[in-house]
Amino acid sequence: MPVRIQPHAFDAGAELAALTQGRGDIGASVTFVGQMREFSDGTKLNAMTLEHYPAMAQAELERIEMQARERFDVTDLEIIHRYGELHPGDPIVLVIATSKSRQPAFDAASFIMDYLKTSAPFWKKESSPEGETWVDARKTDDDATARWQRD
Amino acid sequence: MSGEITILYFARLREAVGIPEERISLPQVGMTAGSLLAHLAANDEAKRTAFDGIDIKIAVNQQQADPTTPIKPGDEVAFFPPVTGG
Repeated sequence: MPVRIQPHAFDAGAELAALTQGRGDIGASVTFVGQMREFSDGTKLNAMTLEHYPAMAQAELERIEMQARERFDVTDLEIIHRYGELHPGDPIVLVIATSKSRQPAFDAASFIMDYLKTSAPFWKKESSPEGETWVDARKTDDDATARWQRD
Repeated sequence: MSGEITILYFARLREAVGIPEERISLPQVGMTAGSLLAHLAANDEAKRTAFDGIDIKIAVNQQQADPTTPIKPGDEVAFFPPVTGG
């Protein structure tokens, strides 16, 4: 399954092994794991809740994965995104890209994360001793996505 | 065919509106996502307040849309703030 949305944690090593073990056609793999930080603008967080729009999140991630497949010479792609309650240090998102050589794998992983950040319908709400706060979208994420549209 | 549509709200917009989902009858033909939003605000003080000051993104039938996207009976229309996943 190239795209999975789930509440429970994932094992990045096991996912990578499942994609690459015994595969002589793969020369490079890039694994990206995004995890929850304990500080947000100087505030120490207890937890974070990820809300999502299930049907659209699945469709958007599949669309992004398809675009990456068309654009880069990759062998395989996998995306896992969690939802629900998370704690500092918990993994949130996994992207694995495999290819014959390293550049398509690096590029595809980066492309997927940039588009995921700006178009997949997930929303983070941070929880600290001071209360709960919805995370604001960042312009730097829009800029990161825009760079793929220039070439 | 019934003239009903489903409207979904997410994240801070869901909290501000107070409900995650509602079904309404389309008040007229030829509506767009933008005119639907204006209709909802015009008929509900709480929504007018909720929509105010939030950058609202739109999806129609689970696909990214914009205020000019046409709305027809049976559609699922979602309103939400800019996404912050990853």
